[in-house]
Amino acid sequence: MGWRVLPGGGMSVWRWVGWLVGLMGVMVLSGCGVVSGERAVDFVMLRDGHVRAALPGVVLLGLNCGLLGTLLIARRLTMLGDTLSHAVLPGIAAGFLWTMTKHPGALLIGALVTGVLSSLVTGWILGSTRLKADAAQSVVLTVFFAAGIVMIKLLPDGSKAGLDRFLYGQAAALDAGETVLLAVAAALSVVVIWWGYRGFLVLAFDPGYGRAAGLPVKGLHLLQMFLTTLAVVVSMQAVGVILVAGLLVIPGATAWLFSARLHRVLVLAALLGMAAAVMGTFLSFAGDGMAMGPTLVLCAGVMFGGAFLLSPRYGMARRMVSVMRHGRRVRREDGLKAVYRVLEGRGFSGAGFGLEECGQSEGMMRSLERRGMVRAVAAGGWELTESGFGEAARVVRNHRLWELYLTRRAGFAEDHVHDAAEEMEHLLAEENIEHLMGVLGHPERDPHGRRIPRSGDTIETSAARHE
Amino acid sequence: MNEMIAVMARLEVPWFDAEEVLIAPWTRYADATVWMVLMAVLLGVPCALLGNYLMLRRMALAGDAISHSVLPGLVISYLIFRDLGTLPMMGGAMVAGLVTTVLIEFITGRSRLKTDAAMGITYTTLFALGMFLVNRYAGRVHLDADCVLFGELEYVPLAEPSGLRAGGLGPVPMPVVVAAAMAVGTLGLLAVFSRWLLVTSFDAGFARSVGIRAGAVHYGLMAVLSVVVVTALESVGLLVAALLVLPGATAQFFARRMGRLHGLAAVFAVTASLAGIHLGAWLNCPSAAAIALAGGVQFGVAWGVSVWMRGRGVEGGVGGAG
Repeated sequence: MGWRVLPGGGMSVWRWVGWLVGLMGVMVLSGCGVVSGERAVDFVMLRDGHVRAALPGVVLLGLNCGLLGTLLIARRLTMLGDTLSHAVLPGIAAGFLWTMTKHPGALLIGALVTGVLSSLVTGWILGSTRLKADAAQSVVLTVFFAAGIVMIKLLPDGSKAGLDRFLYGQAAALDAGETVLLAVAAALSVVVIWWGYRGFLVLAFDPGYGRAAGLPVKGLHLLQMFLTTLAVVVSMQAVGVILVAGLLVIPGATAWLFSARLHRVLVLAALLGMAAAVMGTFLSFAGDGMAMGPTLVLCAGVMFGGAFLLSPRYGMARRMVSVMRHGRRVRREDGLKAVYRVLEGRGFSGAGFGLEECGQSEGMMRSLERRGMVRAVAAGGWELTESGFGEAARVVRNHRLWELYLTRRAGFAEDHVHDAAEEMEHLLAEENIEHLMGVLGHPERDPHGRRIPRSGDTIETSAARHE
Repeated sequence: MNEMIAVMARLEVPWFDAEEVLIAPWTRYADATVWMVLMAVLLGVPCALLGNYLMLRRMALAGDAISHSVLPGLVISYLIFRDLGTLPMMGGAMVAGLVTTVLIEFITGRSRLKTDAAMGITYTTLFALGMFLVNRYAGRVHLDADCVLFGELEYVPLAEPSGLRAGGLGPVPMPVVVAAAMAVGTLGLLAVFSRWLLVTSFDAGFARSVGIRAGAVHYGLMAVLSVVVVTALESVGLLVAALLVLPGATAQFFARRMGRLHGLAAVFAVTASLAGIHLGAWLNCPSAAAIALAGGVQFGVAWGVSVWMRGRGVEGGVGGAG
């Protein structure tokens, strides 16, 4: 499959790596309070047997959950992770009853069966009742969970101890067999998503088209549900069923804050899941009394918070900056427009003007001067440069043209168009203007009888046309 | 199939002793059963009506999310006040519930993520924070995680008594008084604001045009939900989600108008409470789980009936498709 793996399109790979490292830095800082330096060294050198045993499994878990969570979020099925994580409980009890031992294999198979069953039942409810997805998921979640609690209560005496490992998780006790299981589940997800990438893409964004194009939409859905259940089931020993839901959603959601292209998001979510796994393992190893599950999810949560604020594309900071930039540009353009009107009032006899007559401040002039729009002339006077005049004429043209369009084509009254034009003048691009000019038959004057500047106007040509 | 039945038969289901399960709760243990049933109904009915509005707004999972995310509120409140009494716990949980709501709104409003993802992120992170705090700071106190998970309705009759007395039954347990206050408050608010809730659920644009602020209604609903979840936490734990969703989901098979839906949901809440408490007495399991299971059985029966009726070509009435 020929898609580019790392994000491109104006954003270099290195910049993305920089962001990842930054996020990791945020997590390290947030952990500093509970970490001692010696242990940190031990961790990095993999000196501790527990870490050597746990780390590979947890990293694979992060990878798997990141990938599958991305697909869930794309289909707005995030809370399915929540449903699944509750619905495996009766399966754990049934798996125990099956072999009457706490053999992980039997418990996992039981959990897998009830997990898949829960997503099937959800589908049946959706297909045969008026209930919406959220209600159907809630019904299945609560009933399966309650059944699980009751079943565990009814297990033969003395068998309950140890089952709560599945509720809360215990990554330190990951053994080789469980790590292999996590590896198999992760490999299966990678292979299936690689192989069926186009299918999952269509399923996420336009299942109707997929059905029409003959794609096995239902099969893909079941495959996705199976993989997700498998991920929840193999992860629950490490982090506990309730927190698996967090690992499913958070890396994927974080990745969606960086890109809108599914393949990039998938790769990024896998990387973020693994990063959260390493950080979580590190903190729970280095700090005292920090269980693996909560620590992993908290790391992922901090990561999300960082991305939410600072993502280069969709972060809050970026959004605020662009709003601010737009505001400044609007003020500059309004300033130029005011100067243009003053010059127009004098029949464009010269480019010089005073601050008072235009109602502009010294600061505004400095800002325009930096951009080469105006220059200072003797004794506190200012003068528009050639490019400044062109820019001012452009804004005024946008304004008057839009007023004309609204009165002629949209049936607005002449005295109702000014405010709308005040906003549009900053937004119209060159190709919009050409189109408007064509539509309006290259007009000379706006509804109020003032001349509409042309592109390429200079002060001389304006003066010549000004009678 | 046979093997599956054989496996399930290994469950140690107690012998069904009709006298012990059906009669004794109302004779020998009447003084405890009354409070348990009363508590279950006082929690179940407001939850059922609230749940109807949540489902209407496609927010059925919000109850589950909030019931998880109050955990850090409880722990932090304990760490500040060193007190496991009703007031600090309620206060802490309520703040946590509101923080959850605000965070979900904040994330959906300021990023490209949709409500479901925002909800998933918020409640798992807060739950993890709560478990982290329990592990690290409150490990040795009696903040019993199991109690938060499953609740202990059985302990209601044994709870601290309040100043109120109820004739021959003796003093009313404190949780029942709290639940009654919550029930009255919730039902009153729902009655007063039912129109606003309906209008904002169906047509937010119209609501705005007649001067109803959808945002305020949303936050109000979530605040009420937090209070309800917190009140229910001690008795039914995370299974409050079952009380919120199951009665309404069952009722919608038989009702299409809001009034009838509310009435039937309340009835189903009461029947599930009664059946659940007897089921709990039989199976000797947490009553909250038994109530949820009974509610699930009710839903299953209603669902089966509606599918069967439609199969026989009966239109309208039960389980109208739509």
